[in-house]
Amino acid sequence: MVAPAFTLMCLLLLGPLLGVIALSFTDYQLGSPQFSWIGLANYQDMFGDRVFWLSLRNTLTYVAIVVPAAVALGLAVALLIESGGSLRTWYRTIYFLPVMATLIAMSIVWEFMLHPQFGLINGLLHGIGFEGFSWLQDRRTALYALCVIGIWQALGFNMVLFLAGLVSIPRQLYDAAEIDGAHGAWARFRLVTWPMLGPTTVFVVVITGIRSFQVFDTVHVLTKGGPSKSSEVLIHTMYVESFEFFRSGYGAALTVVFLVFVLLLTLIKSALANRGVHYA
Amino acid sequence: MTPRHRSIVWSFTRHSLLLCGAAFILLPFLWMISTASKPQTEIFTKSIHFIPHSFALWDNFATAFGKANLWRFLVNGVVVTVSIFLLQVLIALPAAYALAKLRFAGREVLFALVLFCILIPPQATAIPVFLLFHKLGILDSYAALIVPFTISAFGIFLMRQFFKTVPDDLIEAARMDGISEFGIVWRVMLPTAIPALTAFGIFSVVAHWNDYFWPLIVLNSEHLRTPPLGVASFRNEEAGTNYGPLMAAAIVIIAPLVVAFLLAQRRFIEGITLTGIK
Repeated sequence: MVAPAFTLMCLLLLGPLLGVIALSFTDYQLGSPQFSWIGLANYQDMFGDRVFWLSLRNTLTYVAIVVPAAVALGLAVALLIESGGSLRTWYRTIYFLPVMATLIAMSIVWEFMLHPQFGLINGLLHGIGFEGFSWLQDRRTALYALCVIGIWQALGFNMVLFLAGLVSIPRQLYDAAEIDGAHGAWARFRLVTWPMLGPTTVFVVVITGIRSFQVFDTVHVLTKGGPSKSSEVLIHTMYVESFEFFRSGYGAALTVVFLVFVLLLTLIKSALANRGVHYA
Repeated sequence: MTPRHRSIVWSFTRHSLLLCGAAFILLPFLWMISTASKPQTEIFTKSIHFIPHSFALWDNFATAFGKANLWRFLVNGVVVTVSIFLLQVLIALPAAYALAKLRFAGREVLFALVLFCILIPPQATAIPVFLLFHKLGILDSYAALIVPFTISAFGIFLMRQFFKTVPDDLIEAARMDGISEFGIVWRVMLPTAIPALTAFGIFSVVAHWNDYFWPLIVLNSEHLRTPPLGVASFRNEEAGTNYGPLMAAAIVIIAPLVVAFLLAQRRFIEGITLTGIK
């Protein structure tokens, strides 16, 4: 009963995972007849490569912008929706739309909206007397434009997770807080909502973090990491090295770095989950 | 301020804030539809208007379908996502049943492995799986698009959790009737699991319909392109010149999932946020 699942798990998940680690210690290139163990040479190359550091820095910048913004906005929208009775389903549907819509197709729409001459964004900016930008073609703005698209896409997903978390907070807690003198929306939020949402918030932060580390679609379609590497990110570098230059060994080393970050986030999550963010 | 006034002020604030956010969220969708409805001359102008002066939506759709093989991309999308889901179910359900209801040596280890596999991001296994498929000579085929996702550790986990809640009496009764263990999976467990399976199906189909990374790596041939690859290549061929048809193509690519979502919102939100229950 478990044999097919177990075999495929070894063949397609566990094997390749070990494979990618092993591969990162070799100089394997697709198509070359032989390869050899080269120890840490790939990692030495990588740490000596300007592009790697740029790519890592951009990825961290992207994560540092998208995670707080998408989490805070997701929470804000969820709280606003919960705080009143009317139009709830409408708002929920609208904010969730970007999660459903194929990101590649929507990236192309964003590209046209950010068009330097005929784009909607610059048009609106001109309307209120500002000079526009060549958003995706300018090294000062390209990464930030991608961040905005990332936030636009992730917000609705976080909102839904927060809504689920809010619904599960027992009403009596608010009544109890009221009796204890917690009047006003801010006091209720600080004393009840925020602590009770602890586990949800940890989960939302970690999952948004992991997804932001994986950013690839928008980068590949809109900037290819440019201009002059200003929007190069980890998975895009890995893709180019492994599947355009076919330097599998070096690409594997980049994958391992990516894995370390994802693992780190997962560990943070379980550490926080065990340290009693549960108040219920 | 009386409480009544305060509640009116708050209601006003709530709606204004939410509407501002909604405008930001909807802007790309509205601009996509607006641009797809405009003739070339209205697209390349500096004046902003959402409602086209002359309506060119059908022309743009016709051009899009004429220049790119959109039907083919949609069919490929359906073939790939449906095959992935069916194979996932075929492989995950017996394993989930065994992990939930049968006693055998190594069960705990196996379950721990499943939990570990859930954490492996798809980008991590891409290089070795690509090399394996290269060796097997199955790159650039439907198989290359489907096979890597036939095993869903998350699917096994989810169905196992669900099967745990099915009473043992039901299984005992089926055994008394002489139904085989595989028979129990498909004829007893599967029917009880339809809600969980629907949610997982939505999760799986949405993820693989929208996937760009893996198809991009393994495909070369135009006739195998999935919807995201199809619209991306259409854009590369028309770069910066033909935005009307391009936006029309984008509408076609996102329409199946968006329409399905609007028709069955609750189920979709449940399915997509499945990862939230881990």
